[in-house]
Amino acid sequence: MRTIFFILQKEFLQIFRNRAMLPIIFVVPVVQLLVLSFAANYEIKNLSVDIVDQDNSTWSRQLRDKLLASGYFSLNRQTFNPKEAYKDLEANKADLVLTIPRHFERDLVRENEVKLQMLVNAINGSKAGLANGYATSIINSFNRQIRLDWLAMDEDNAPEHIAVSSRYWFNPDMNYKFFMVPGILVVLVTLIGAFLSGMNIVKEKEMGTIEQLNVTPIRKHHFIIGKLLPFWIIALFELSFGLVVGKLVFNIPIVGSIGYVFLFAAIYLVVMLGMGLLVSTFTETQQQSMFITWFFMIIFILMSGLFTPVESMPGWAQQLTLINPIAYFVKVIRMVMLKGSGWADIRYYLGMMLVFAVVINSIAVWNYRKTV
Amino acid sequence: MNNYAIVTKDLTKRFGDFIATDAITFEVQQGEIFGFLGANGAGKTTAMRMLCGLLKPSSGEAKIAGFDVYTQTEKVKKSIGYMSQKFSLYEDLTVKENIRFYGGIYGLGNQQIKDKTHALLQQLNMEKEAGHLVSSLPLGWKQKLSFSIAVLHDPSIVFLDEPTGGVDPITRRQFWDLIYEAADRGVTIFVTTHYMDEAEYCNRISIMVDGKIKALDTPQKLKEQFNADSMNDVFLQLARAKS
Amino acid sequence: MRQFIVFVRKEFYHIFRDKRTLLILFGMPVVLIVLFGFAITNEIHHVQIAVLDNARDTYSQQMIRKMTSSGYFTVKQNLRSADEIEVAFHKGDIKLVVVIPDHFGDKFYHQKKAPVQLLADASDPNTGTTVINYATAIIGQYQQEMTGKLELPLTINTEVRMEYNPSLKGVFLFVPGVMTLILMLVSAMMTSITITREKELGTMEILLVSPLRPVLIIAGKVVPYIALSFIIACIILVMGFFIFGMPIKGNLLLLLGECGLFGLTALSLGILISSVTNSQQTAMMISMMGLLLPTILLSGFVFPVESMPRPLQIFSNIIPAKWFIIILKDVMLKGAGLRQILLPTVILGGMTLFFLVLSVRNFKTRLS
Repeated sequence: MRTIFFILQKEFLQIFRNRAMLPIIFVVPVVQLLVLSFAANYEIKNLSVDIVDQDNSTWSRQLRDKLLASGYFSLNRQTFNPKEAYKDLEANKADLVLTIPRHFERDLVRENEVKLQMLVNAINGSKAGLANGYATSIINSFNRQIRLDWLAMDEDNAPEHIAVSSRYWFNPDMNYKFFMVPGILVVLVTLIGAFLSGMNIVKEKEMGTIEQLNVTPIRKHHFIIGKLLPFWIIALFELSFGLVVGKLVFNIPIVGSIGYVFLFAAIYLVVMLGMGLLVSTFTETQQQSMFITWFFMIIFILMSGLFTPVESMPGWAQQLTLINPIAYFVKVIRMVMLKGSGWADIRYYLGMMLVFAVVINSIAVWNYRKTV
Repeated sequence: MNNYAIVTKDLTKRFGDFIATDAITFEVQQGEIFGFLGANGAGKTTAMRMLCGLLKPSSGEAKIAGFDVYTQTEKVKKSIGYMSQKFSLYEDLTVKENIRFYGGIYGLGNQQIKDKTHALLQQLNMEKEAGHLVSSLPLGWKQKLSFSIAVLHDPSIVFLDEPTGGVDPITRRQFWDLIYEAADRGVTIFVTTHYMDEAEYCNRISIMVDGKIKALDTPQKLKEQFNADSMNDVFLQLARAKS
Repeated sequence: MRQFIVFVRKEFYHIFRDKRTLLILFGMPVVLIVLFGFAITNEIHHVQIAVLDNARDTYSQQMIRKMTSSGYFTVKQNLRSADEIEVAFHKGDIKLVVVIPDHFGDKFYHQKKAPVQLLADASDPNTGTTVINYATAIIGQYQQEMTGKLELPLTINTEVRMEYNPSLKGVFLFVPGVMTLILMLVSAMMTSITITREKELGTMEILLVSPLRPVLIIAGKVVPYIALSFIIACIILVMGFFIFGMPIKGNLLLLLGECGLFGLTALSLGILISSVTNSQQTAMMISMMGLLLPTILLSGFVFPVESMPRPLQIFSNIIPAKWFIIILKDVMLKGAGLRQILLPTVILGGMTLFFLVLSVRNFKTRLS
């Protein structure tokens, strides 16, 4: 038992003496957190729109103003010439081109129906979808308004309708950072847990000191604990550090109990460290260890629901999510921090984490015993 | 109860079809300096690793300090010291920190570690370097430090795997002074080496060729047996005999 | 010349014998494309919703059925009271709660107004918005059905055309991104690692005293990786084309030429990194943090640059990847010719020269 203490002592000394390590632990996560949080923004605003107004009537102008007043769109160019606008689309100067045909107002009254044309730069599919959604809903709202005005009716005498009111729970300001920052914290903590731990063990392999240790009476599991425990501690520290930064810089909400987040993180890290350990049993050099870990981490992170919702994935991908620990933590941290979910809600996920931890560490330790 | 430090009987290690160590049988007395010689690839390192408990033999018997290598590996490890080719001190830890680490690993108490550190530094004349990183030490000093740490916990046997590579003859001679000093205290020394002049320093030596022990005796008797002037000649005769 | 070829051959041996790294190099793009092509998307389908149906008449049930038959929603839970709403959200899977008032049909036909509430989990604001939009649209259609074929006056119809990517395929954005990433990874990172590894092992000095000129040594180290990255880039293009129908509207030769140019840019970055450090680990870290991460985050590959705050937008201009992605997108999806992409091409060329000059300078000072 005492041997673990000596191993820990040595590990901490080595970690903090390593000049490259200190910035990696302290500076890089902060930079990542800040940059990533600001960059990872799927909010669509400042879409630039070209308006081809060939009618120049009251209604066409009202429609234009309504679009621009929404905050989603900013006007790039207003013109009579659709060819000019199309060139803007091609040159990436405009995301959207709305063409209001001649006699727009006149035809609307006389024929009761008129057609607008909207061209959307759809290279970025989801951005185009959202842009389309916003524009269409503004046009529809405009349509409703002029209809009511025309028929000189107020809301109460309108024809039968379903009055849909919508409310956004848990994030009424629609702040995308509230959604992303907790997820990014998960990534930070994961990187330390999986990467650094594995590389650390492989380093001893590369240097040859592992042989020396194998001759000593150190039990292998003592050695493993001694090697992994420092990173468990450092990662949890990172989490607290990241939470403080998140609170100070982004004012992220912490609706639920932060204790649950740490409890989950503690077990989650054991899983991640186990993965790092497992990879270290397969690799001989630090480069290999880093590559392989990176490979798996990228896949897990992309499929975790951090950037795109798990619900949007096809069936097979959603099944894979069931064995993706990162997905669990991302979900739980968002649930607890943004919605205030409690013990009853997270205990299933916590249980799964425990299972993962046991399974993966058993495999890793077993393999370590055999090969190292 | 015999006082043999090491006893092996038909100790064999196979890797697939390749027989690295072929039924070697020998004994080492407690307190002996035993040289384990052989060309590269002759099976020395494999044999040594089996004796240290690093490798499980394919067949045969071996007892280290009275403990069986198959069933009592933990006890074996507690009774031996080991110094590998790469010296395996932590370059990014200081001299003192290395001593403390290995001392603690072998179960020495805090006060013990303190006392031994003091004694060790004095003996090696490294008091000034106590707080320096091992990476800053010259090679000869690292070797001596490695050895001292290997015997820190007073094992009854210490295994040395080519401990003196890469230093000048004078430094090697100083290293062997340390070995003698430990042997005088009753520690059994099991050492492998390439340097034939070091073979002369041992009480007895064995020479391995292609996994088998082809010679085992005192250096003097071997020279007589092979009618050679130096251990080098003995070795060459044996090495050529196989081809 | 012959010595050069011998040297290049040795480098190829190194690469092909490290099976693990090779596996990752070839496997990574394939996996990324599959993921991005099939799994990474923002489109919604089968979103789990809960319904608090206070009316439970034919109309409310029909409306719910219309929502589920659209494929966008499935009802996971039927709530019995408003108290259950928060609990349902807390459980984590429900994204939308539809609250239908009592006497729904009655209110619609006789009181002319039936208020329906949509409560969305806006933790993910985009999903929240999309879900509300879709639900509102479906409810609007149902309203149309309830009122019968009443024609409303003054109807504005909007015809929407999605340009360059009519089916809104996400992959069109990601194939260029993955190509950029892989070129960066192989050309820059691996090059920096291989040069520093030679330095670490000490074999660099041996090479330097050989009759091979230093410039040829660097070139020899680098040639295999150029070849490798080119092959992988082609694999990605082929996959994108055949599996996902990614078009190559522009000139293929121009495209390959630009890939070559960017490969050189990445290479010069790798050489630059290896000129400032002697340790593999440091080279790795710099490549990861200083190259790959900014490439992924700030080049417009995953997150649109326009949504970022100004300082980051300005910063993204010095990332070569950003310009390469623009070139790729314009050539492949819009069929742009050299004239249209002249600016980014020149910028990339300039960057390459800059990095190379800097590296040469660094090497010279180190050796002396």
